[in-house]
Amino acid sequence: MDKKIKMRAEGVNFFYGRTQALKNVDILIHANQVTALIGPSGCGKSTFIRLFNRMNELVPDTSLSGNIYLDDLEINSAQIDPVEIRKRVGMVFQKPNPFPKSIFDNISYGLRVNGVRDANSIEERVEASLKKAAIWDEVKNRLNDSALKLSGGQQQRLCIARCLAVDTEVILFDEPCASLDPISTAKIEELILELKKDYTIVIVTHNMQQAARVSDYTGFFLLGELIEFGKTQDIFTAPQDKRTEAYITGRFG
Amino acid sequence: MFTTLFFLGLIIFFVGVRGAKVISWEFLTQIPRCSMTQGGVAPAIVGTLYITLGAILFSLPLGVACAVYLCEYSPKGFMVNIIRISINNLAGVPSVVFGLFGLAVFVKFFGFGVSILSGSLTLGILALPLIISSTQEALLAVPQSIREASLSLGATKWETIKRIVLPAALPGILTGVILSIGRVAGETAPILFTAAAFYMRGYPKSVFSEVMALPYHIYALMTEGVHPDRQMAIAYGCSFILLFLVLSISGIAIIIRQKQRIQHG
Ligand SMILES: Nc1ncnc2c1ncn2[C@@H]1O[C@H](COP(=O)(O)OP(=O)(O)OP(=O)(O)O)[C@@H](O)[C@H]1O
Ligand SMILES: [Mg+2]
Repeated sequence: MDKKIKMRAEGVNFFYGRTQALKNVDILIHANQVTALIGPSGCGKSTFIRLFNRMNELVPDTSLSGNIYLDDLEINSAQIDPVEIRKRVGMVFQKPNPFPKSIFDNISYGLRVNGVRDANSIEERVEASLKKAAIWDEVKNRLNDSALKLSGGQQQRLCIARCLAVDTEVILFDEPCASLDPISTAKIEELILELKKDYTIVIVTHNMQQAARVSDYTGFFLLGELIEFGKTQDIFTAPQDKRTEAYITGRFG
Repeated sequence: MFTTLFFLGLIIFFVGVRGAKVISWEFLTQIPRCSMTQGGVAPAIVGTLYITLGAILFSLPLGVACAVYLCEYSPKGFMVNIIRISINNLAGVPSVVFGLFGLAVFVKFFGFGVSILSGSLTLGILALPLIISSTQEALLAVPQSIREASLSLGATKWETIKRIVLPAALPGILTGVILSIGRVAGETAPILFTAAAFYMRGYPKSVFSEVMALPYHIYALMTEGVHPDRQMAIAYGCSFILLFLVLSISGIAIIIRQKQRIQHG
């Protein structure tokens, strides 16, 4: 088994104004593996995952210390353009955020900004990514309709398709299934397992079974700290920390 | 609300009844004859269209650029607040002051003379604060989440603004344009010294020509000339056309905006 490390965080502290949202977090994200981040609401999972594609710098009045690496590149160093990082690290957000454009344009936009110009290959890739995200059958006859007319769950799958269409190396999923029904959830989980071949995946989830089903590694966050991190199997069968155990068995206060 | 509607209705009714009487094909398409008491007001209609169009062509790109800079690029803080306050104050400056400014700067300093160009630029400056502030509002209303979505796909900030934020803000920007068309088309004072001619034999030849314009024509008909009663009827006719022009331009813009809304949800 390849033990290559794709991304790595070292001593990360993060502040919103004066409130500290992350405390001294270290983590290793293994290449071509699924890493799940779990923890109660407000513990900093979204904040943490958004550091991997430099999204948090869009939030005013925040500060970051520590290092985050993509391969061996320190992604926050001054000479690095965040655009280059985001071309390599894609993201599906917690809340569906389709563009107020047609379904087709939602997907093709990412391709165009990444330099794909040929109409045929755009069309092919739009179709392929919609299929992968398990939404093709529902939208194939209305690709020119506004994406805002889709239901919440459909919008989320569209956002997943949009992210898949551009070729990245890492995909960050922030609770991708929060607004999905069990059938689409199952399809997305299947997709994630399949994507592992080509991508490195980080997924935030509130669903313990989901973490257990799809992930190879799991990290447990509590109040901005990474309490425990390890192989999913170990975390779920033999957690080292009492708090982890309490959380995954549902005995959390 | 109802009072507003009541007075709006009253204006339309009043102007309509008095103005409609003189409206005819000839009135719309002929040039004035016999010291303004006969013939039509076509040059004034055309002039108003030119000046209004010119003003929007000038103020729309400039206003949108200003708003984009203020909202998306300028560092937030003291300076931006000063600029914002200045823009709001600019909106409160009496229009005759704009007229004098236009006379001093465009007519004299730049040497454009009394012309469509000077009038358009003057009215454009008048419209600028309206366009800037409505564009700013429209930009601020674009949710952060779709900007993030665009950036997360590897788009640059400019690509995001150009392809995502501005299209999403378009309905709001159009609202500003509608408001300023209404404002610009009806203004008299700013074109008084910069563009308007009381009488012209034909149509303007270039952007450096003087023009007749409806609001000024109304003013002139009511204050000068030797046949006040016959001129008054024509003035009402002009008011009717002006009202019709402004309302129909707004109507078209509203339809475009609705179409946009439907398309984009
Ligand atoms: N833009 C922001 N400004 C200020 N504080 C914020 C901001 N975003 C998040 N926070 C705070 O940071 C902490 C961590 O939030 P975060 O969204 O990362 O939690 P989370 O683990 O993703 O929660 P959930 O499971 O509910 O999504 C919370 O206390 C939250 O209030
Ligand atoms: Mg979250």
